[in-house]
Amino acid sequence: MLLVTLFKHIGSYTLLMSKVFSKPDSWRMFFRQFPKEMEKLVVNSLGIVIIISVFIGFIMTVQTKLNTSDPLLPTYATGLVTRDTLLLEFSSTIMCLILAGKVGSNIASEIGTMRITEQIDALEIMGVNSANYLILPKIAAFVLLIPCLVIVSMATGLVGGYFVGIFTDILTTADYMVGIQYAFIPYYIFYSVVKTLFFGFIIASVSSYYGYYAYGGALDVGKASTNAVVNSSVIILLFNIVITNLMLN
Amino acid sequence: MIEVKGVNKSFEGNQVLKNISATFESGKMNLIIGQSGSGKTVLMKSIIGLHTADTGKILYDGRNLLDMRFKEIKELRKEVGMLFQGSALFDSLSVLENVIYPLEMFSSMTRQEMVKRAEFCLVRVNLSAQSFHLSPSEISGGMQKRVAIARAIALNPKYLFCDEPNSGLDPITSLVIDKLIKEITEEYNITTIVNTHDMNSVMEVGDHIIFINKGVMAWEGSRNDIFDVENAALNEFVFASELYQKVKKAENLGK
Ligand SMILES: Nc1ncnc2c1ncn2[C@@H]1O[C@H](COP(=O)(O)OP(=O)(O)OP(=O)(O)O)[C@@H](O)[C@H]1O
Ligand SMILES: [Mg+2]
Repeated sequence: MLLVTLFKHIGSYTLLMSKVFSKPDSWRMFFRQFPKEMEKLVVNSLGIVIIISVFIGFIMTVQTKLNTSDPLLPTYATGLVTRDTLLLEFSSTIMCLILAGKVGSNIASEIGTMRITEQIDALEIMGVNSANYLILPKIAAFVLLIPCLVIVSMATGLVGGYFVGIFTDILTTADYMVGIQYAFIPYYIFYSVVKTLFFGFIIASVSSYYGYYAYGGALDVGKASTNAVVNSSVIILLFNIVITNLMLN
Repeated sequence: MIEVKGVNKSFEGNQVLKNISATFESGKMNLIIGQSGSGKTVLMKSIIGLHTADTGKILYDGRNLLDMRFKEIKELRKEVGMLFQGSALFDSLSVLENVIYPLEMFSSMTRQEMVKRAEFCLVRVNLSAQSFHLSPSEISGGMQKRVAIARAIALNPKYLFCDEPNSGLDPITSLVIDKLIKEITEEYNITTIVNTHDMNSVMEVGDHIIFINKGVMAWEGSRNDIFDVENAALNEFVFASELYQKVKKAENLGK
């Protein structure tokens, strides 16, 4: 039974995506929506990305240092662990899980509300491909710009770690600076960015899917938005394993 | 003219429309009446193709909707205007932009011409220039209905669908909206189909009426005959309000 529901979802998701990825009825409308979505989904997420990254960078450095008090460990180890955790998983996977909450619920509730107030029907009646008109600019804006969010998260996370050296005496800034530069592998950044392209697509498209097929009233929009967040998070975690296997082995 | 022939529609085993056949002529107010839940909205959405009918024919001046390919349906949609039960205005756009929207999508007008056409439509539904730049949430329900009508007629539709145009409106505003739709229908010779469960509208503007009861078409006729029909369900519907019981009594006395 569960399997049947799963396949049903996959089927209608695929159908929806085939409607989304067709030529827009009007490029003029597309290019008008695109910057709006960019602002709503990406620029407005910068604040939360920076705040969370700085604090996590800070606390991760503190915890790493305090929990690895072995004198045999080199002094640069803390910076190195912080950097690799940020670059490999935090700024991509964890950040995307957080964005799934913020951006995913935004997309699902916006499209869901348009569905239950018949605005989507109104678009269809006018002969507009509503899926394409509403969803494509969101996916395009989010996927194209999510790497920026990742890079910002990496940078501000590292800055957060640096603050440990300034505000506490757990660690010196000099040790930290050596640590974050030690045995640096630029490929990790590439790996993270590629991962988030997939995650960005998952967040935008899965949330759109749940919003687009909302049926009923305000309560159902709430449900759609919860489903969007939960399911895109789970799918992100699954894809994280697959992509990590492909790219780091 | 729209002809519906033997249309059935069910949702997951629940048959909502049962073998409906009807003809809707142009330049006339065609009313679909029936109780809440009888299937009016589903019938209307099936005629437009927002729901796909399971069997039957839906002919738009001879062209069968159910035989059309996606592209042809899209072309047809440009000739269709619809007023939704809850107005369905785009809340991110101003009143004027809402009416411009279909023009922008499908006409080759210049921006100036679009604004002119949109303003013409808004004035046609008796809205004043002060409201043009407000957002839909800043105007009253009656005004929203008018904007929705203006948007529906912006592209000069041949077919106009109105799903309960006066739900949630006071009796006076309802009447104004009904008359407005009737005027526009006659002025541009549009094939208009209106869903309603408001007997006032029926008596005011119903040129041709079909009565749906539990998904079955139970009666078809004009407002002049509606009081004299021998049909239990229809009588119950018509005389739900005491007012019409009195009207009928008075008529009988007069005979
Ligand atoms: N998308 C849908 N999926 C499943 N069932 C539906 C759907 N739309 C409508 N129905 C069912 O079809 C029946 C008729 O609904 P419809 O909306 O046509 O009623 P209505 O006559 O328009 O009522 P009202 O006057 O309250 O608007 C209802 O029992 C409803 O549950
Ligand atoms: Mg209805």
